[in-house]
Amino acid sequence: MDKQELRLTPEEARLTGLSREEYTDSNFAGHSYLHEILITLFSNRATAISLACIAVIVLMAIFAPILSPYSYREVHSEATNLPMRIPGLEKLGIFDGTRAGVDQYERHGVPDEYHYFGTDNLGRDIWTRVWTGTRISLLIALLAVALDVLIGVTYGMIAGFFGGRADLIMQRVIEVLTGIPNLIIMMLLLLVMEPGIPTICLALAITGWVNMSRIVRAQVLRIKGSEYVLASRTLGSPAMRIILRKILPNTMGQIIITFMFSVPNAIFFEAFLAFIGLGVPIPMASLGTLINDGYKSAMLYPYQVLLPAAVLSVLMLSFNLLGDGLRDAIDPQMRSM
Amino acid sequence: MNAQTERAERAGQPLLEVEGLRQHFRMSRHYTVKAVDDVSFTIHRGEIFGLVGESGSGKSTTGRSIIRLYTPTAGRIRFCGQDVSGRLTAQQTLLLRTRMQMIFQDPIASLNPREKVIDIIAEGIDIHHMYESRAQRRDMVLAMLRKVGLAPEHADRYPHQLSGGQRQRVGIARALIMKPDLIIADEAISALDVSIQAQVVNLLKQIQQETGCAILFIAHDLSMVRYISDTIGVLHLGHLVELGTTQDVFEHAVHPYTRALLSAIPRPNPLLERDRPIESYDCRAAGVDYTKGTLHHLSDTHLLLATDEERDRWTRGA
Ligand SMILES: Nc1ncnc2c1ncn2[C@@H]1O[C@H](COP(=O)(O)OP(=O)(O)O)[C@@H](O)[C@H]1O
Ligand SMILES: [Mg+2]
Repeated sequence: MDKQELRLTPEEARLTGLSREEYTDSNFAGHSYLHEILITLFSNRATAISLACIAVIVLMAIFAPILSPYSYREVHSEATNLPMRIPGLEKLGIFDGTRAGVDQYERHGVPDEYHYFGTDNLGRDIWTRVWTGTRISLLIALLAVALDVLIGVTYGMIAGFFGGRADLIMQRVIEVLTGIPNLIIMMLLLLVMEPGIPTICLALAITGWVNMSRIVRAQVLRIKGSEYVLASRTLGSPAMRIILRKILPNTMGQIIITFMFSVPNAIFFEAFLAFIGLGVPIPMASLGTLINDGYKSAMLYPYQVLLPAAVLSVLMLSFNLLGDGLRDAIDPQMRSM
Repeated sequence: MNAQTERAERAGQPLLEVEGLRQHFRMSRHYTVKAVDDVSFTIHRGEIFGLVGESGSGKSTTGRSIIRLYTPTAGRIRFCGQDVSGRLTAQQTLLLRTRMQMIFQDPIASLNPREKVIDIIAEGIDIHHMYESRAQRRDMVLAMLRKVGLAPEHADRYPHQLSGGQRQRVGIARALIMKPDLIIADEAISALDVSIQAQVVNLLKQIQQETGCAILFIAHDLSMVRYISDTIGVLHLGHLVELGTTQDVFEHAVHPYTRALLSAIPRPNPLLERDRPIESYDCRAAGVDYTKGTLHHLSDTHLLLATDEERDRWTRGA
């Protein structure tokens, strides 16, 4: 075979372009990864609106009970089941504290009080109770999901990274855990331990972390075999460095997405537990216990159940939409799913 | 370690000796993939060794066993005079992780998307604490960028903000900053455009000349291998079937598999290309069993895996 045909001389090679040209293309510079995510996130209107809703609800949950003149627990037996009365709007003929043409506030001898959301059957201000309840519901959900993340990420990371027999055993444990209906685990736990916020958080987290650990494990398995991890290993990276520098940053997006979808889930489960009578002890209130209380007199005083239910719905919807938007921004390939 | 390395060098020992390397993957109790089966070759200091073979022939596995991403099933690997095939001492690990480096095939997948170019390139010197100050670290990275033909501005970019050729240069810089004696380039150009391939191959060649490192150049594109390599090994089904200088392999190929590979290279002359005969080779149909063959010296540098009968038949035909 003729050698000249195939061997490139240096001159020929140079024809294809200098091997050491210095490229500079400034149009790409700038945007960091976070920056790009934020841009994508806020260009989605549904996400922006849901983020605003969550912000408003969180602010109300923090400040409304502080600013309100009424306490969430004080019982006023003389002013029970008052209808909604909102200053300003009452002049338009709505929310003016009347029921069937009778001013209930006058009738109960509290003509100067304004209960925006009315009062319940013990005369407690529902406005204050709804926002205190939101506060507690959010607190429980965040604590429970934080526990999910802590346990789930560690568990999934260990199972995925070290693999082998450890992984095999850990996956069997998860299968057993998911084999038992989680409602039963929660109810047993709540019956055994004394009721309160920590118990409910634990009950929610005890099965909630499984989903997180599965997602993290799948991500770790994918990333572990990637060429950039192999490259890092050929440079002598210790396992901890690979986990912290390579695997964790590349899993963070999925962790955040799962977190965002877990929060409304936890809020819902807490409400559900409260609804079947396993909620926070009275006189504390969560959105779930409020709905449970209001539901009993829903036919007579529908606002007592509708208002906390509305806050719950908006909160859950917003978190789900935000989760969707985050997923689109962080992991564009998932958009079609 | 340095004293030992130098002694090995003085004794004229090869940089890397691979003897009877086997890498088997046990898939189940009844089935084992023999990805690499009894492969032996040596690489001398400053040599560019081309390893060719079709996809699935065990090229990557060979490279990964040598750099100990896998634990070899059997065989001996000596690097800088040290046996690095068994259980590694801390000192041997250090030798392997600094003096031997790898460049990967996929320029996208081989860079962590969450790290800036500067941190990717500095990874090796970070792990082995090879600088005194942040400023010195940056200087070392910038020097590397210049060496591989990138601009200082690229240091603060993320991988997805670079082109394919630029990314591969970052991969080369990451390996080069360790001043390795051996670089394993696993299909380092296969994923690039043809025009960029020539640039990167020229860059590797230039680097080899400047630093005197050896390169194990794994590829399936024979024309590039011919251009860059001093020695070529032909791998098929995990066996090294033919080994020789570039001239041996390209002009006096004996093994039917090598000849089939060579006949598949397109020629730039359309008149020749029109009548180019393509030799086909199917070892099972030809009744060739690699495990029965032994290595025959056809010349000082030219080795062939065959039984005596096969050698006689093939050399007669050539
Ligand atoms: N980790 C592994 N587990 C099981 N089989 C593998 C593994 N790595 C490679 N193989 C098998 O070994 C053979 C050689 O693969 P490889 O070395 O990647 O080939 P090449 O790089 O030449 O294309 C293939 O059949 C492949 O399926
Ligand atoms: Mg390969």
